[in-house]
Amino acid sequence: MRRYVLRRLLLFVPTLFGASLLVFILLRLVPGDIAEILVYQTGSESSTVQKKQIQQIRAELGLDRPVLVQYGHWMWDALRGDFGQSYSQRRPVSAILAERFPRSMELAALTLFLAVIWAVPLGVVSAVRQNSWVDYLARIVSLSGLSLPLFVTGALILWLLVRFFRWIPPLEFVPFTENPLENLKQLIWPALCQAYYISAPITRLTRSQMLEVIRHDYVRTARAKGLAERAVIYRHALKNALLPVVTFVGWWGGRLLGGLVIMEIIFVVPGMGTSLVQAVSQRDYPAVQAFIFVMAMVFLLVNLAVDLLYAWLDPRIRYA
Amino acid sequence: MARALRRFVIRQPLGAAGAVIVLAMILVALFAPALAPHGPKETGFAPYLAPGAEFPMGTDQIGRDVLSRVIWGARLSLQIGLFSVVFGITLGSLWGAVTAYFGGALDSGSQRIVDSLMALPPIILALSLMAALGQSITNVILALTILLIPTAARTVRSVALGVVAAPYVEAARAAGCSHARIIARHLIPNCLASYIVLFSTNVSYAIVVEASLSFIGAGAPPDEPSWGGMLTAGVQALETAPWMVFFPGLAISLAVFALNLLGDSIRDLTDPRLRGGLG
Repeated sequence: MRRYVLRRLLLFVPTLFGASLLVFILLRLVPGDIAEILVYQTGSESSTVQKKQIQQIRAELGLDRPVLVQYGHWMWDALRGDFGQSYSQRRPVSAILAERFPRSMELAALTLFLAVIWAVPLGVVSAVRQNSWVDYLARIVSLSGLSLPLFVTGALILWLLVRFFRWIPPLEFVPFTENPLENLKQLIWPALCQAYYISAPITRLTRSQMLEVIRHDYVRTARAKGLAERAVIYRHALKNALLPVVTFVGWWGGRLLGGLVIMEIIFVVPGMGTSLVQAVSQRDYPAVQAFIFVMAMVFLLVNLAVDLLYAWLDPRIRYA
Repeated sequence: MARALRRFVIRQPLGAAGAVIVLAMILVALFAPALAPHGPKETGFAPYLAPGAEFPMGTDQIGRDVLSRVIWGARLSLQIGLFSVVFGITLGSLWGAVTAYFGGALDSGSQRIVDSLMALPPIILALSLMAALGQSITNVILALTILLIPTAARTVRSVALGVVAAPYVEAARAAGCSHARIIARHLIPNCLASYIVLFSTNVSYAIVVEASLSFIGAGAPPDEPSWGGMLTAGVQALETAPWMVFFPGLAISLAVFALNLLGDSIRDLTDPRLRGGLG
């Protein structure tokens, strides 16, 4: 077991390395850099002066060195926990991360929680009453969540809230530790929208797993020995059907941190997503790289945790 | 053929309904030039006209006919969805199948690349790609293709691993078949079912992701009649011109909904474990 965890942790290295290198090179391919943006923004000087200023800023930030050398430097610093200074916000990237990471994590956790408590029961009902109108209704309801792009659902909900409840997303973020109620009021809507969106595949998987499991002999045995239908479904069938669902939810959960961008923009949640989109548009390389690095890390850690959980839930699986 | 069709309708009524809508959408896309009363980029009408006799779906913020753009949008969305899936799922599947077949360092190396791609948040990856490549329809397709490749590679690899270990592959090898022949005649046909499922479930995904990209300003160029672009413009004019959201929204949800219904049915049909009644 310990060896398995160790091996998995070792596999993190090439993945994080690959992902960060990919983003690093990709960003360098984006036309324009922070030096140009800064100079052209203020620019009233002649073009020769501007060119000189651009050169100077690039030299200061080390952007005039070869890309791979820059990457090496970045990696070396990152490994020691130093993500450098943000170009656009002029403060350490780690400070921005410390501020934004908990917010997005909270939103992601809330989303996942809402999605699961809604999607799993729906999938169970859908499977138990396969091909009945309940099944069709459940499938239609869950698929319709996928049908409208998330930004449209979000914008519509926000519009309704503003129009009929005079609720405007607060401009200041209130941390949960300060005022839990205000905090939840702010996060519940984006979480609900996102949860509705991601619940469709969870419902589908729960349904197909349940359909498979209730055909097994042990379920028939449970029925034959006279157990109440409720006990058969929830105690015997669901427990086994949920295994792949756990993996799937974990996979989604790991990706959610980067997937919340659109909800964060619409509901003005100052989280990682908004920050990242801003950073990409301002060519704020250190910020983008750090954010992507953290997101990839969370993705890998969640996946590892899910795999370990899986082994614990299903004793037939032993990682050696 | 007719009998197979009837069986599909009886066993998968939702899927059949989806298929009908998808078919209608394909027809609209094909005959867009004949169906649309105006050109998709034709301006010059009054902006924000409410739906009426002349413009059944109203006009948008710079005076374009929404109906015409919704019709042309069917063509564009289908084009983006189909092309990106054809390229992305095909390349990814081939990649997954071939690396699974050869195994060893090639396989584990390729898995690390797939891991790296999957660890990146898809929207952010697409956003950076679009920023690097520039906004155009071809580049949207390219970005979506890159997004789809790792998913397909991972899924098909796991299926292919099972196929490679099967006795008939061993037999083919013993009979002296070349690698190319085994891959083409044994491996690929046996991975086809998961390819079809991946294909049918990802067209709608690509269409929705394109819309989300439009929203963060990295989709098809704004003058193109993409449903995502129209919705993005519409969301900003929700109060003054709700029809700008309503009609493209209806079009995209109908399309995505139908594609998902069809995809789900195909998935159910290809999964033999779900056949038969309750024991």
